[in-house]
Amino acid sequence: MSVDFAVDRQAWRHLADAQVNVELDTGDMILNLGPQHPATHGTLRLVVRLDGERVVSADPVIGYMHRGYEKLTEFRTYPQITTLINRIDWLSSFANEVPFMHGAELLMGIEAPPRAQYIRTILTELSRIATFVLFLGEMGLQVGALTPPFYGFRDREHVLNLIEAATGGRFHPNFNRIGGLKDDLPWGWINECRNTMKVVFDACNTLEELVAENEIFQGRCRSIGIIPPEVGAGYGVSGSNLRASGVDWDLRRDGKPYLVYPELDFKVWTHPDGDSYSRYWVRLQETREAARMVVQMLDRIPTGPIMAKVPRIIKVPEGEVWVETENPLGQMAYYVISKGATGPFRVKIRSASFSNVSILPWLLRGVYVPDVITILGSLYFILGDIDR
Amino acid sequence: MADDLEREQSGAAEEVSVEQQLARTDEPAAAEQARADADEADAPPTEEQAAGESRPFDDVEEELLARLERELGDGIVESADAFGMLVVRVKPDAWRRAAEVSKQALECDYLSFISGIDWQPAPREGDEAGGDTSSPVQPTEMTFGVGGSAGRMQVFAHVQSTKHHWGVTFKTDVDESNPHAESWVATYPGADWHERECWEMYGVAFDGHPSLRHLYLPSEFEGHPLRKDYPLLARIVKPWPGLVDVEAMPGEDEPTAENGEGAGAADAERADAAQSADADKGDGS
Repeated sequence: MSVDFAVDRQAWRHLADAQVNVELDTGDMILNLGPQHPATHGTLRLVVRLDGERVVSADPVIGYMHRGYEKLTEFRTYPQITTLINRIDWLSSFANEVPFMHGAELLMGIEAPPRAQYIRTILTELSRIATFVLFLGEMGLQVGALTPPFYGFRDREHVLNLIEAATGGRFHPNFNRIGGLKDDLPWGWINECRNTMKVVFDACNTLEELVAENEIFQGRCRSIGIIPPEVGAGYGVSGSNLRASGVDWDLRRDGKPYLVYPELDFKVWTHPDGDSYSRYWVRLQETREAARMVVQMLDRIPTGPIMAKVPRIIKVPEGEVWVETENPLGQMAYYVISKGATGPFRVKIRSASFSNVSILPWLLRGVYVPDVITILGSLYFILGDIDR
Repeated sequence: MADDLEREQSGAAEEVSVEQQLARTDEPAAAEQARADADEADAPPTEEQAAGESRPFDDVEEELLARLERELGDGIVESADAFGMLVVRVKPDAWRRAAEVSKQALECDYLSFISGIDWQPAPREGDEAGGDTSSPVQPTEMTFGVGGSAGRMQVFAHVQSTKHHWGVTFKTDVDESNPHAESWVATYPGADWHERECWEMYGVAFDGHPSLRHLYLPSEFEGHPLRKDYPLLARIVKPWPGLVDVEAMPGEDEPTAENGEGAGAADAERADAAQSADADKGDGS
């Protein structure tokens, strides 16, 4: 099936130039996927033009959840903005806060103390684990297996409990402050975290056996939705999705040094295939790698203060800064322009899912309808991260 | 720009970070040492460091800039550094060429984003603030950021290399009365959505874009919400809650409690009256 598919795919591509909104042909059918489809994680709508079971063209319709955060940031002070950016990618809120705080700190010329940096890194990696464990289970749902999502939700809860114990919020910690963190870790948290990492390794093993090694799953996902590296990069696809296409690029290792990643020993996983299965596989390995990193950091975490000396009223000096981090979903970046006020003049929010999903019209041409669902699932987007 | 360079002659922190970057790729132990040094150096944040926004170029930026100057020539208007990121402002007619050059000569195959900037200060002073005193007060004069600008509107984009791990931010000026820029879609297919977003949010048309239609907003939406003169409608429809309970002080003629509209209308009336009075005087003499 896969060989036939590759040949057909090329043949079908040139037919797909037709616009979705033009007059309805008798041969084609227009199908609305979403905004309420379970595979769309919220409110992504796909207008798919079908010829039989084949997708001729697909047009994602986004914006059902557009909240205008870029405008709202201009009406808020820097500490208030943390609340907003928590809600961009709501599965890994903590990881969203870090680059913004880092940018404000760069502009102000302050640096968070080492212990705060460590706790930030630990919590960022915990958000990554929480996000990915859910994905590893949910991906089973995309191919019709109902059990794995429950494993995913169950095991993610252990990690969310940790985040809640440290920050007070399961999803929206609002824990970062400019110059450090709101609180130190609670007593006994480090041991608890160490135990939970064992649970995470177990969950990865379980889900690997249950999903990744499953013959049906492999049949549904291998050589489906192949993203060539140069096309993916041109569309701005980032993170695990790009690494699954064989691009060895991880901002934790290759970007400007941030948090304590330069001190950590970790491997960047890539997969040469670029299909749905490899995206699953890369995230599986990255979950394990993240758990290993957390264990490393728990051993090394220094004592000391968690807040730098910060003025009472935060006024950020005039300047521009571009801060990018490797978030669970890909490259998360803020371009902050300050004019010396208590709030930013302009914040460009570069969210990962927006670019990851923008490849869909290209990627979905010529695939079968059931494969649309696995491709959507394997790209792993969060609507808040698309719509901002 | 010259001021920035003069102000930033020390640049000690940046040098450390360059060493750190180089060391990090070679061996982790050296990187840790470099990082520790950097920590020591940064420990007491001085006024100079806090104020410095523009630093001398590092080696990578010099290399990138040299390649860009070779290819673009006088298409480059200005170049600057913002915390280790190269910002290059190009002429509007070199915008598409900049994309091609960055993809080929700089090997930046990854498009991060394209968006716009409106440098005009928001008219959010006094009555025009809609009763909202909570939002930060920005400077009222128009100033431009790193790389400068010829006018109010700009388009900027960031491209990166997945191979060499470097990146460049490009900026270009956009005519305020007829905002348009060249499209990057032919070079970076991902520019499609970014340019659609910029078009609906800033009203900047992109020449050569296959189909500029609304991305986030409904197709009947009017206005360009991210422009600074577009008000935050939520604050106008419903006054800022912090102000609702404010009662007028005795002796104040107009209550400002509800929102700024009442006061604004009164001001307008007053202004009208003054104008007509002036006009009358003029006629009389």
